[in-house]
Amino acid sequence: MDLIFENLTFLLKGAYYTLLITVVSMFFGFIIGVIVALARLKGNRLIRGLARIYVSIIRGTPALVQIIIVYYGLVDYGITLGPLTAAYVALSINIGAYLSETFRGAIQSIPKGQTEAAYATGMTPWQTMRRIIFPQAARVAIPPMGNTFIGMLKETSLVSVITVTELLRSAQLLVAQYYVYMPFYLSIAVMYWIMSTVFSSILNYVEKRLSKAY
Amino acid sequence: MHVEVRNLNKHFGPFHAVKDVSFNIAKGHLIGLLGPSGGGKTSVLRMLAGLEAPDSGEIRFHGQLVNQLPPQERGIGFVFQNYALFKHMTVYDNIAFGLKVKKSSKAHIRKRVMDLIELTGLSGFENRYPHQLSGGQRQRVAFARALAPEPQLLLLDEPFAAIDAKIRQELRSWLKELIENVGVTSIFVTHDQDEAIEVADEIMIMNQGQLEQKGTPWDIYKHPQTPFVATFIGESTLIHQIADLRGFEEARRSPNIQALIRPEYIEIGDEHEFNVISATEQGIVKQLHFRGSEWLVEVEVGPYTLKTYRSLEKETLRVGQHVRVLIHRAYLFNEDNSWMIENGLKTDPMPIII
Repeated sequence: MDLIFENLTFLLKGAYYTLLITVVSMFFGFIIGVIVALARLKGNRLIRGLARIYVSIIRGTPALVQIIIVYYGLVDYGITLGPLTAAYVALSINIGAYLSETFRGAIQSIPKGQTEAAYATGMTPWQTMRRIIFPQAARVAIPPMGNTFIGMLKETSLVSVITVTELLRSAQLLVAQYYVYMPFYLSIAVMYWIMSTVFSSILNYVEKRLSKAY
Repeated sequence: MHVEVRNLNKHFGPFHAVKDVSFNIAKGHLIGLLGPSGGGKTSVLRMLAGLEAPDSGEIRFHGQLVNQLPPQERGIGFVFQNYALFKHMTVYDNIAFGLKVKKSSKAHIRKRVMDLIELTGLSGFENRYPHQLSGGQRQRVAFARALAPEPQLLLLDEPFAAIDAKIRQELRSWLKELIENVGVTSIFVTHDQDEAIEVADEIMIMNQGQLEQKGTPWDIYKHPQTPFVATFIGESTLIHQIADLRGFEEARRSPNIQALIRPEYIEIGDEHEFNVISATEQGIVKQLHFRGSEWLVEVEVGPYTLKTYRSLEKETLRVGQHVRVLIHRAYLFNEDNSWMIENGLKTDPMPIII
C-alpha cells in the first residue's frame, strides 16, 4: 500500500494521459463519425462506397494492429509520428468508424415524417438536419456513444505498446522498478473503474435531461 | 390561392398510382379528397406539397408552375396523418418553428403563436411536450403549426384518422369553422365519406389513381357520374337490368344503362300498405342493422340486395320475412348522361322528397 501512495503522483499522471487520449480521440472520432455517417447517408455512390470500405476495414481489424500500423508502419513512407500523436490518430480513426455507425443508426431512426414536416414548415434540407434531425438523433445516439467513450477509456491501455506513458504503462514501469505486480495492477484497475463509474454517472444524468422532452 | 392541376401522373415502380388527374380549386375553398385506400389521394396531396415529384403533368399555384419548387418554397402548410410534431420541442416551439425559419421578429412570433394557441384551444399547454398531450390536442398543435407561417394552401392528410370517434366528430366541426375563419384554400384527404360530406365545400372522388368526379357533396350524392361514385357515396345498390323490375320497363329504350337505387327510394311493407300491388316486388328480409334512430334493412329482390331505412315506430321485421318492396324511383346513367326515372306503375306519392 505504501508503494502505491509513494508513486501515486506518477500513477495519476498516467491517468491524466489516459483521460487526455480518450477525450482527444473521442473529439476527433466524433467529427470523423459525423462526416462518415453523412457520407453514407447523403453521399453519391462513390462517397458512400468509400465510407463503407473505411468502416469495414476499421471494424474488421484489431485496434492494436491499427495503432502499430500508424506508429511503426507509416515510418516506411517517411511519416514519423510521436507516440502521443500516433495514439491520437490511430484511436480517432478507430473510434470514428464505430461512432459513424452509431450516428447513422440514430439518424435513420428518426421518422421520415419529421423531415417532411420540417420541409413543409419552410426549412431547407440543411436546416432540417441541424435543427430537427440532429437534436433528436443525439438523444438516440448518446447511450451508445457513452458506452463507446467508456470502452475507449479502457482501450487506451493498448497505446502502452507504443511507449505512451498512460495508466497501464505507468504501472508497467513501476512493476519493472519494484518487482511487485499485484499492488500496481490492482490500483490501476481501481482507477479505471472509478473513471468509468464517474463517466457512467455523467452519462445517466445527460440521458435523463435529454429524455425530458419525450 | 387558386390551384390548378393538369394531367398529373405518378408511378411507383410498375404501379400507376395517379393517372392523368386534372382539377381546379378556387381560392378559399375547402376540398375533400375522398376515396378508398390506395386510390392515389395521398400521392396527389404529396405532389401538391412537393414531397413527391410527378412523373408528368403540371401543378400551378396562382398560375405559376411549381413542379420544380421544393416544399419550403411553395407556401404550403401540411398536417400529417400521424401529426409529425417535433417531439424535442414544446407546443409553443412547434408552432413558432415555421416563423423562426422565416426570420420573423420575436414580437411577431409571440403574437402569432399566442393567437393560434387561443384559436386552437390550447391555452395553458404552451410548455408541454407532444408526449404530454392527448391525440386531439396533438392534432390541434399540428393544425396550428401548419397555419403559423400563413400558408397560401393548407394540405391535410387524413387529419382525423388517428383520433377516436367522439373527438373526431368535435374536431370536424372545429376544423370547418377554423378554416372558414382563416380563409385559407384547403385540401384534406379522407376515406370517410361522412367526414367529407360534413366538412368539405366540394368533394373530389378518386379511385385507382383516377379522379372520378368533383362537385358539392349534394351534387355528387344526387348525380353520380360513374358506377364507382354511385356505390361509394351513401348506401346504395347498383342494378344492371333495371328494366326487369316492375314499373321500370321504359328503361329498355336506353342501351348500356346502369341504375342506382338508394335506401330513400324504397319502401317495404305488407300488401295492404300499398295502393298498387302491381308496382311492388316480392322480397325477403336478409339482414337487419340497428342504427340507433332507425333500422337499415337489407332485402333481397330477385338477384339484387336492396337497402332501405325503416322507422322504429313501424312494426319490427325479422330476417327471412317475406315483404312487398316498392321502388319509387331509380337513378339511371350511362357513359354520356344521367337522369332520374319514376316507377311508372305506382300511384302513391313518394314519402321522401329528394
